[in-house]
Amino acid sequence: MTQAFRIENGGLINKDKKLSFKFNGKTYFGYEGDTLASALLANGVHLVGRSFKYHRPRGFFGAGVDEPYAVVQLYRNGETEPNIKATEQELFEGLEAKSVNCWPSVNFDIGAINNFLKIFLPAGFYYKTFMWPKSFWYRIYEPFIRKAAGLGVASTKHDKERYEHKYEYCDLLIAGSGPSGLAGAYAAAKNGAKVILAEDKPRFGGSLLTSDVNIGNQSGKDWAEGIIAELKTMPNVVVKNRSQIFGYYDHNMLVMSEKVSDHLPSTKKYHPNKRLWYIRAKEVLISSGSIERPIVFGNNDTPGVMLSSAAKEYLKVYGVLVGRKPLVFTNNDSGYETAIEFKKHGVDPVVLDSRKNPESEIIDEAKNLGINIKNSYVVVAAQGYKKVKSADIASISEDKKQLGKIENMQCDCICVSGFWTPTIHLASQSGNKTKFKEEIDAFVPGQSKQNEITLGAANGVFSLEETLKTSFTAGSELSKKITENDNKIAIPNVVEKKSSQHDKFWCVPLPKGKNYKRFLDFQNDVAVSDVEIALREGYRSIEHVKRYTTLGMATDQGKTSNLNGLQLVSEIENKVVPAVGHTTFRPPYTPVSIGAIVGREVGKHSKPTRKSPMHSWHEKNNAVFVDAGVWLRPRYYKRGNENLFEGSKREAKNVRTNVGVCDVTTLGKIDIKGPDAAELLNRVYTNAWLKLPVGKARYGVMLREDGIVMDDGTTTRISENHYHMTTTTAQAANVLSHLEYYLQLVWPELNVNVVSTTEQWAGAAIAGPKSRDLLQKLFPNSDVSNEGLPFMGYMEGDLFGVKARIFRISFSGELAYEVNVESDYGSFMWEKIMEVGKEFNIQPYGTEALSTLRIEMGHVAGSELDGRTIPFDNALEGLVSKKKDFIGKRSLQRSAFTAEDRQRLVGVVPLDKQTSIPEGSHLVKDDKAPLPNPKLGHISASCWSVEYDNPFSLAILKDGKNMIGQKLFAMSPLKNKVIPVEIVSSHYVDPKGERVRS
Amino acid sequence: MLYINCPHCGMRSQNEFSYGGDASVKRPELNKEISDNEWDDFVYNRKSLRGKHLELWQHISGCRQWIKVERDTSTHEIFRTFKANEEIA
Ligand SMILES: [Zn+2]
Repeated sequence: MTQAFRIENGGLINKDKKLSFKFNGKTYFGYEGDTLASALLANGVHLVGRSFKYHRPRGFFGAGVDEPYAVVQLYRNGETEPNIKATEQELFEGLEAKSVNCWPSVNFDIGAINNFLKIFLPAGFYYKTFMWPKSFWYRIYEPFIRKAAGLGVASTKHDKERYEHKYEYCDLLIAGSGPSGLAGAYAAAKNGAKVILAEDKPRFGGSLLTSDVNIGNQSGKDWAEGIIAELKTMPNVVVKNRSQIFGYYDHNMLVMSEKVSDHLPSTKKYHPNKRLWYIRAKEVLISSGSIERPIVFGNNDTPGVMLSSAAKEYLKVYGVLVGRKPLVFTNNDSGYETAIEFKKHGVDPVVLDSRKNPESEIIDEAKNLGINIKNSYVVVAAQGYKKVKSADIASISEDKKQLGKIENMQCDCICVSGFWTPTIHLASQSGNKTKFKEEIDAFVPGQSKQNEITLGAANGVFSLEETLKTSFTAGSELSKKITENDNKIAIPNVVEKKSSQHDKFWCVPLPKGKNYKRFLDFQNDVAVSDVEIALREGYRSIEHVKRYTTLGMATDQGKTSNLNGLQLVSEIENKVVPAVGHTTFRPPYTPVSIGAIVGREVGKHSKPTRKSPMHSWHEKNNAVFVDAGVWLRPRYYKRGNENLFEGSKREAKNVRTNVGVCDVTTLGKIDIKGPDAAELLNRVYTNAWLKLPVGKARYGVMLREDGIVMDDGTTTRISENHYHMTTTTAQAANVLSHLEYYLQLVWPELNVNVVSTTEQWAGAAIAGPKSRDLLQKLFPNSDVSNEGLPFMGYMEGDLFGVKARIFRISFSGELAYEVNVESDYGSFMWEKIMEVGKEFNIQPYGTEALSTLRIEMGHVAGSELDGRTIPFDNALEGLVSKKKDFIGKRSLQRSAFTAEDRQRLVGVVPLDKQTSIPEGSHLVKDDKAPLPNPKLGHISASCWSVEYDNPFSLAILKDGKNMIGQKLFAMSPLKNKVIPVEIVSSHYVDPKGERVRS
Repeated sequence: MLYINCPHCGMRSQNEFSYGGDASVKRPELNKEISDNEWDDFVYNRKSLRGKHLELWQHISGCRQWIKVERDTSTHEIFRTFKANEEIA
């Protein structure tokens, strides 16, 4: 197929490089430098999709970020991405795209029946209709709406593209490379400021690429190219195209999405697909320009109706005629500029101007070229279904209320211009209080809240001369403050045509007897009639009208619809527009791909992974790992076809009968030094610490100020003023912060230093009746007898030449020790333990066996210390000192904490000694009681007791102290289980604690 | 994202800090008899102020020092920052 609408000469595309691409399965050709939209238009393709609600045919309305219709599903290098604007997607060889919102095809769309049922689909229809019967929502309504109203389909495959995040700091960040951005950047750069200039399009220059102006005796385009070329050579300047600043956050932090690879058939090796920049800028210049506003008329969504600025851009940048019989409908001089470009390329446009007798240089030029101009004329309605075939036009009275006789005029496109809307999104996001500017019928930035300034068209200034003057000055002034340089820059001469005042006219009245849809929001299918209904039904706040009608809520965020919506509300309500107020602008300015937001934090990089120094040994020995916070810990070491249950049972049994070794490196470790260290411990823990001798360890419990248990662990007195504290794996970071809080803020008089040593020490727990025999062989020169190293004792030892710390502490309830060496020797220690332990039938054990061992001993862990329990609840009240004060002590006097029937730790055994009780099950008195069945407690941890070979659980039970021997039911609605149980002591094995002291 | 001037390290982004609540709360002295109400005020009762607020932050991914930050809770403007032991006029 030939590119029938491509002009011979002109455009900024590279005609030497022809590219083939597919749209809806059909092959077309375009050129390097095209967008998908310009290439399709070059081939005469105007029908690209169906509208959201009525499924009306839709074409191209804009040429850039403001495009409401041309959203496609893109296929690139085996990946697919939804919600891509054809007007922004650059063409590459082999590109494939499909229409969205249509099923089965864009030409025949079943949903279009909605168009004929539109009388039944007014504003709020979904709210009113699909509400009942309630049960229909998930099964019938929602799936239907989703299928009918999607904006494409997200891929379910793993995205193989890479996305990066980058942090950057600069003196001046500039959003937009039009005349204002270029002038500001140039002036600031010349003063030595660190400048970042961001442009969302591939080409720099903004409006200078399409306007007919001269700057310093060159065309605007050539001037822009010269400035960019110079900026690129300056070391203090970063110039980025394809980069959209989409969010303006607190303290001048802005976020920018850079499309690094989207314009290429595939991403280059080592390149990301997109790069998200977090930029902290001292000053921000918003030069984001303006977007042309439509005039509202009948069937104004027909393919072939588009913004006049878009038609001009397709012609001047891409060398594409959007039609051969164009009709330009305007209320200002911009439409004439488009008409003049058509005429220069041998096409005869007709201009309808709503104004009676406008005069300006631009209009004179159009007249001199012989362009047919009809004043006080409007388009009443576009005619044609899938493409504009003609327009119903009429003269209009001066008060814009009366239409003359309707005539029909043949045309193949309608280029509409209703003046310009400044792009104030970033300024508004920064907290700037915007204000309404009467002369341009639009909002502009007002009082700055952060260090931001908005200039040029974004500030409602449409004169190039004034824009350049203010922008050069602002660039100089802002940078002078920072760099203290003051290089004067001569402001170049500007030649531009003067334009005349626009017409405050935005909506063509309906002719008598006609009921054309007149769209305000093209993407969400919101028509004038919908807003009228919302107001009739009593919605007044613009925020409510927005949500009820969905006006401005589509992915284009109402870039072309907001102001016309406000105009309509103000007219009906008889209020001025600023009194109606606009809805809030929120980031992102334009859709940002989830991949870019997530960056590298996907898959295994979604969080850091911590591994102990013995990790590779575990891997080699068939460990099955489990996530413990960010740590990877062996859950069990698989032998043959063993499952978790079998493996952990074997490991636990071996600890009870022989000896086992467990990697406990993950426990938090805090080194505490200073003359007041004992005093700190005495205030932090509930029990007494002042008399702990050197060479002894003690178990301690620490509370929050509200009396709830925060953490537990052992702390050992290494020497006079030196302690080694251990915390649970999960609470390590919190405990350190907790200690720092009290030392720095509450008791700064205490002379103590604390530092985390979790990663400095590797730890191995050696547990079981044969652990002492093994320890003696590991440390032949140390006396590790019961007298030499009693329970809760500590000594240093020599492990085959490596300095080791030996603690006689036990979590398993067996005779047990913990050996620590410097992390670098961790795997050496582990291998020695395994080698020497062979003769004692040593086996490594994982977290599952560790749990089993502690549960049947009634030792509490994270599942009991769950942020809701006090010491009494965990049967730890014996550790609460009555004599001294400590953190949280006063809270323990609260009446609920001292209640007679306070919840308490108990053991639970199923009556059948067979059925394991799911963790989280509720304990109830009567399994048949009506719901809600009063809950007496819950199962906190369950295991298979290796000592008695039956299930055993721990529970926190109301009045647990007096419940021993009672029969209750454990109910788990989640697992659909009801298990009769007996309450027993939590000390299920070795209740006297003889083994640890043996 | 806030930009906080750590008195020990200089300007750093908010993601290096963790929030620590109202800095004007004073813990009752140890071993002192106090009423239930006083204790409740210390543990639970906080004003949710709109406007200038003195609050605690810990520079957790930096120097690990607890600092005091004078911030407007509605505009996020930060006026001054202080070291933990600095007297505030
Ligand atoms: Zn710091």
